[in-house]
This record gives sequence, structure tokens and C-alpha cells, in this order.
Amino acid sequence: MIELRGLSKHYGPVAAVDGVSLRIETGEFLVLAGQSGSGKTTTLSLINRLIEPSSGAILIDCADTRETDPVALRRQIGFVFQDIGLFPHMTVAENAGIALKLAGRARREIDARVDELLALVRLPPERFRNALPAALSGGQRQRVGVARALAASPRLMLMDEPFGALDPLTRDELAADYRRIHERLGLTTVLVTHDMTEAMLLGDRIALMREGRLVQAGTPRELISSPADEFVRAMMDSPTKRARALADLQAGRA
Amino acid sequence: MSGDAGAVSAALSHLGDYLGWHVLLSLSAMLIGVSISLPLAVLCARLRLLRATALGFAGIIQTIPSLALLALFYPLLLGLSAFTRATFGIGFRALGFLPALAALALYSMLPVLRNTIAGLDGVDPAVKKAARGVGMTHSQMLFLVELPLAAPVILAGIRIAAVWVIGTATLSTPVGQTSLGNYIFTGLQTENWVFVLFGCGAAAVLTLLVDRLLALAEAGVVRRSKLRIAAAGLGLVLVFGAALLPLTADAGSRPAVVGTKNFEEQYILGALIEDRLRAAGYSTVRRDGLGSTVIFDALAAGEIDVYVDYSGTVWADDMKRRDRPGRRAVLAQMTDWLRRTRGIRCLGGLGFENAYAFAMRRDRAAALGIHSLADLARFAPALRIGGDYEIFSRPEWRAVEQVYGVKFGTERQYQSNFLYRAVASGDVDVVSAFSTDGRIPLYDLKVLSDPKGALPPYDAVLLVSPARAKDANFIAALTPLLGAIDLGRMQRANLMADREKGKRSPEEIAADLDAFVAARRLQRGRK
Repeated sequence: MIELRGLSKHYGPVAAVDGVSLRIETGEFLVLAGQSGSGKTTTLSLINRLIEPSSGAILIDCADTRETDPVALRRQIGFVFQDIGLFPHMTVAENAGIALKLAGRARREIDARVDELLALVRLPPERFRNALPAALSGGQRQRVGVARALAASPRLMLMDEPFGALDPLTRDELAADYRRIHERLGLTTVLVTHDMTEAMLLGDRIALMREGRLVQAGTPRELISSPADEFVRAMMDSPTKRARALADLQAGRA
Repeated sequence: MSGDAGAVSAALSHLGDYLGWHVLLSLSAMLIGVSISLPLAVLCARLRLLRATALGFAGIIQTIPSLALLALFYPLLLGLSAFTRATFGIGFRALGFLPALAALALYSMLPVLRNTIAGLDGVDPAVKKAARGVGMTHSQMLFLVELPLAAPVILAGIRIAAVWVIGTATLSTPVGQTSLGNYIFTGLQTENWVFVLFGCGAAAVLTLLVDRLLALAEAGVVRRSKLRIAAAGLGLVLVFGAALLPLTADAGSRPAVVGTKNFEEQYILGALIEDRLRAAGYSTVRRDGLGSTVIFDALAAGEIDVYVDYSGTVWADDMKRRDRPGRRAVLAQMTDWLRRTRGIRCLGGLGFENAYAFAMRRDRAAALGIHSLADLARFAPALRIGGDYEIFSRPEWRAVEQVYGVKFGTERQYQSNFLYRAVASGDVDVVSAFSTDGRIPLYDLKVLSDPKGALPPYDAVLLVSPARAKDANFIAALTPLLGAIDLGRMQRANLMADREKGKRSPEEIAADLDAFVAARRLQRGRK
């Protein structure tokens, strides 16, 4: 269980995150959604201390993250980046196994685990093990990114718009694959996105943010049926509106 | 063409020594330069303030002309050596390897510093963020991600530095460090163009070879080809090994070091001194082309053992004397002063004076009716004077200006062997000259008399370092040279080195002089 308590991050006079309090249950798939600049990525980065908060606290299984060394904390938490950030001078296997190498595991153990990880993200190890990132497609690269984040068997995964830069087909396929991995490994996942369709289809719960504040958190159904304000209603409506327009287009009514 | 073939084989005979030192010097300077600038650049990439300071400092170093930078380290190290000797009782040699090493190491820093910073800056921020995200510490990030990704840019910087250092190392000759520059500087002074070309060619070949090998290493890093990296490494080891091998051959007892200033007469006398010392069983090395002040300080510090100086130079430069008590008194007082203040032993005169003189074309002097410096003073404002690099800043020149009130319309500086051509061709009207120069009779120049005695006497004297002053064998080997060479003989010897046709090497001329000295001694012994 993760608990954010009155979390704030100020850059000078600007509050990027402003008094966010939120509980995320173990095994939950929470989507942090909102418009660009709403503070969702900052909130995510506060959880593994890539950014330090100005005030407030984060508790993971009742332990304050400030009491754990940030490097050790990050090694316990998987992180997937929008711009992927694979190490271009390392092979797929070296990228996927980096967390294990940092933890000082034996070479043979790392090799076995990497093959397992690559199979999990559906990259046949014998084909991809020794490839360099430059030789992969965008989707394949992000699969390596997911494998890298999963290497040290984290309980918590943080994902910052992980499928945002991918083409629609690849995105849907990868999102569905990840959701399966989440179930199978019993992970707790916090995923940031500005895509409301993705948020509603992937998340057990959605936490909607605006201008650094948490506006409402709940299951997609709760947010649709009882939105806290006009902003939530508009955000939740947009996929439906688009779906209706598309249906009209398909039926030749436009 | 047999002369040229002779010059080539003479050049080849020095190659092992010159190339070996050149490579040892460049390689050491690069190792020191890189091991300072690489960590410094890593710090600079993190600390903004340090970056501006370090890049600014390295940039300023680069704007100092390389020859001046090399020269500056000599007085600096001399002072430092005097300090450590006084405080810890240990001194070190301020001439030769150390100043060259320090200057070249500094010179290598800018490209490495700049490229390393640029390389580290160029690492994709997304990759750096991911490195933090997977839980790397700062040093893991540096060694696992940033340095490997910046490696091609860093190697390119090292390559630029290596090319600069190998090229600039040729300038270490004037501070007394043997290098491929010895060919160039000696060749320039003695107009031995084969030597000059040989030196330039050897330095260019070495530079290209190292540049290509480092380029191969760079390509290997970019393409992650272990084969290329290994081939480049092996190539570099082979080149350096082959170049350094000759140096290991003669690491015996400390040889006698013979110093020379930068003109032909000095090279001839240097070779003559070497002949005498070798005949007495000494091994010898030369430190050629040293400046007047540098060579004197080097002798006092024991970095060279013997050289030929001129009484008037010591009188004016080192003793700071302006009075003119006459030739004998100058010699006696100088000898005494050298022994008392520096422990230097003046063995005595060689038998001729090489005085500062002012010369004009005979026809031009006759046309204007100029015979003496006093006559010259009246015409000087309308005339052009040419001098070597030293004369206009020397006290002798100031004395002439004061005593005769001469003030020339134009002053120009030439390298000494172009000086005589300048006056012969009429580019300048008057030149500073040296009385032993064989080109004075050759170009039919008139030496202007000095009726008021503004210029001091310039007896060629043999000076021996404090360390060798009590070495009886050393002194005995050189004593036969005293009083053995008169002005005419020295002028003829100089002319043989200077003339366009039938030009002979300083070593050949020295061998003739040595034979003459030996014969003279034999005659005397019989009497």
C-alpha cells in the first residue's frame, strides 16, 4: 500500500504539485490522468525520489520513503519512461539486466533472468538478446524498457506515459500485454497518461489532476456517474463523444 | 649531389636519438595532460563555476605562443629548483626534459578538456534520467553510461592533443631538450636544408602515424569493434616501442654536456669541444641553440658542463658592468667574479674576439664618407639598420646609442644568416655583425670603428661548470684549445659553414680545427 500525504512540490512561486493526498492499494492499477502540466509526472517522480518533495510525505507499506537511501529505493521500484532511455551502448540483454548487475548478481543468474524477462515481454530471447537498441522498433524498445524495470522483481511499477510515443496498434498491443503482466505478477502499478481512453480501459481507479491538485479519484464508473465538477465531467465525456462521432462516421451519418 | 647524400646519412645517424626523445617527451606529456584534464573535465561537467575557470585557463595557455610557453618554464623551474634545494636539499634540472614536459602537458589540456565536457554534455538527458531511475549512483552513471557514451568525442580530443603535442615538441630544442626539432633548428642555423626537411618530414610522419592509429581506435569505439581497438593499441605500442628502443641502449654514466648558443661558430666550437672530450674518454651530449641567459644559468646550475662564452657578454649581461677598463682587465675581473659568485671556472681565452660590430657595404660607406660609429650617427636618422633577435635589447646597443647619439630611421630584425644578405642586397644600410663572421670579407663589408670605446671586448672564453671545475682530466682535455685559434682562423672556419658552395658541416670543420690544434701542440712540445 502506498500513501501520499499532503504532497507538494514548489518551483519558486509555482506549485507543480499542491497538497496531494492519495492511497493506492496493493495490487491496484492506478492511472494518474490530467492535462499537460497538471503535475502528474512530477507526482510520479516524487514516489521514487527522482524529485524530492517540498513538503508532505510518501509511505510505502507504512515506511516513510525519506528514511530509505534514494538509490536503494529506486532499485526496489520499477520505472518505465516515455522516452524509454535505453542505454544505446548496451545490448538488449545488458539493458534488461542492468538492475541485477548493479545489485551485484552473478553473471549466470543475470543471463537466466534476462531470458525469462524477454520472454515475458514477448521478445524471443535468442533473436533479441544481443541486438543493440538502435536495431529495434519503437514498440520493441519499450518492451525492453518494461523488462528492464521488472528485472529486480519490484512490487511497485511507476510508468510515465509509457505508450505515448508509440503508433496506435503497437500501443494497444503493448498496453494489453502490460495489463496481463500486472495481473500475473501481482504488481502495484501507477501509470501516468493524458489519454482518457487509455486511462478508462487500463485503470482499476483513475486519479484526475488539475493544476497540481488532485480533483477526484475513483473507479472509471464512479467518475462517470458522479463527477465532482465540470472538469471531471468534461474529461470523462471526451472518449464517449469521440466514440459517438466515430460511430456516426462509420454509419455514414456525418 | 654527394653532399646531399652525406647530409642524409648524417641526418639518419641522429634519428634514433632525436626520435626516441621526441616520442618519450610527447608520450609523457600526453599521459600527464590526459590524466589531469580527464578528471578535471568530469568535475567541470558537474560544476558550472569550475568549468568557466578551467576552460578559460586552458584557453589562455593556448594563446601563448608555444615557443614562449616552453621558454617560460625554464626560469620558473630554475626558481623552483633553487627553492627546493634551499629547503629540502634536493634540486632538479631546470633545463631540458622538465620544462618541455610541463609546457607540452599544459598544451595538451585544452582539446581533451573541451571534448570531454562536450562529450559528457552530449549524453541524451533521457538516458541519464533512465540511469538514475534504475538506481545508479553518480559514479556508476559516470563509468557505465556517461563516459562510454562520450568516449568517441573524448578520443577525438585526445587525437587533436596528440597531433598538437607531437608538432609542438619540435620547439623543445631551444630549452635544451633533444627532439626532432634539433634537425630543424640546427639546419636553419647552418643552412642545412636537408636537415630542416628531414626534421619536418620525420615529425610529420610520426604525427600522421599516431593520428591514423588514434583514428582507428576512435572508429573502434564508435562501432564497438574490439578488433579495431586492439589493432590501434598494438600499432601504438609498436610505434612507441620502436622509437624508444634506441634510448635504452646507452644508459651509462652521466655524459659530459656541451652547450652551444644558436649560431654556427658555437656549433663548430661545440663539436670541437666534444672531439677533445671524447679523445679523453668522455661520452658527450650536446644541448644546442640555447639563449645567452639560459646557457649561463644552465652552466651555473650544472645542467651543462662546458660552453664557449664571450667576455663582453658576461661583463654586460651577468656582471651588469657598464665601465670599459680594457680587454685584459675585463678578462681578469670576469674570471675572478665567475669563480667567487658562481663557482664557474673560466679556463681562459681561445685566442680570438667575437665582438659586436656594425658593418656597411664598403661602397655605400665610402659614398657617404662613413668610417666610424661617430660618422654613422650623423646619417643614422635617414638609414635603416638590421639586427639579430638580441642586439636591440642588449646593453651594448644602448651604450652605442648613448655614446654616439645614434638614432636610426628604421630598425629590422633578421635571423643571423639572413642579416648579411639583407645588407648586401640593400634592404638595410647597416647591420649588427660579429667580428669573426666569415661573411664580412665574403660580402666585402666595412666594419665601422669604435673610437670612443662604447663596445666592450669579446674574448671567446671556455667556461666550465662548478661540478667539472675540479675534474683534472676534463680540464686537461680542454686546455690545448686555449690561445690556439686566432681571428683569421675562426673567420675562415665560419665561412666554410656559411658559404653557399662547398659548405661543410660543423663537425667536419671542427675535425680540421682539432687536427690543427693537435699539430700546434706537437710543434710546441718539440720546441
